[in-house]
Amino acid sequence: MNLMTEIIGENVVIHINEERLDAHNSGDLKLEFQKLFESGSQNLLVDLKDVRFIDSSGLGALVSGFKNATSSHGTLRLASLQPQVKSMFELTRLHRVFEIFQTVTDALGK
Amino acid sequence: MENCGIELDIKVPNQTRYLSLIGRIGEDIAKEIDRYSGDRETLAYQINLVLTEAMTNAIKYGNPDNREETVHILINISDNKLFIRIYDYGQGFDINEIPLPDFDALEDRGRGIFLIKTLMDSVEYRKQSDGNILEMIKQLH
Repeated sequence: MNLMTEIIGENVVIHINEERLDAHNSGDLKLEFQKLFESGSQNLLVDLKDVRFIDSSGLGALVSGFKNATSSHGTLRLASLQPQVKSMFELTRLHRVFEIFQTVTDALGK
Repeated sequence: MENCGIELDIKVPNQTRYLSLIGRIGEDIAKEIDRYSGDRETLAYQINLVLTEAMTNAIKYGNPDNREETVHILINISDNKLFIRIYDYGQGFDINEIPLPDFDALEDRGRGIFLIKTLMDSVEYRKQSDGNILEMIKQLH
């Protein structure tokens, strides 16, 4: 999976440079979350700006990361959701679970 | 594209790397349908999604002995209806027994069939002599 991570203050920002987050690449994202939490990262911010399609496997990878965050006493937040992607969160009620920000900058300001 | 007489019979290798190809075909169909008065971008996303979910299921559960190297998908548009059929060779299951996701439980899995049922007007999964067919229908207004 094509992604880039950068550390900004106390956050690790994960930029997902993929158009689709689906059953083909969501396993890689799950592993990336695991690795980051195991190596001591606590606060992850996932930048979904480039993702214009997400399926149930992609949502599942984010849920898995969120649960990892909770058990590591950390956070996993989301930023820059495209409208159709956001509607998937609403359909599955996951918008009530995740903290979702308009932009990465907005999220880092909080 | 007229709303009648369109049929695509597709076989792709049963690998997840081909999900995007099938999804794109679904999106292109949505963008070409004549006389559709709804939001075309939303329809494109929805067809992409149900094809992706159904093909993922066929890859994961529908080919237990690796007896088939392809996933077979049939897409038909006629009489303002979109029909999608996906064939698999797994044990099958009763689609009506699949529970709604527990929205408070935060499971990693279990949302695919829910999304398909939510976005399509009719969903049936039935056995045939040699495997199973998932048939999904959407009215195109």
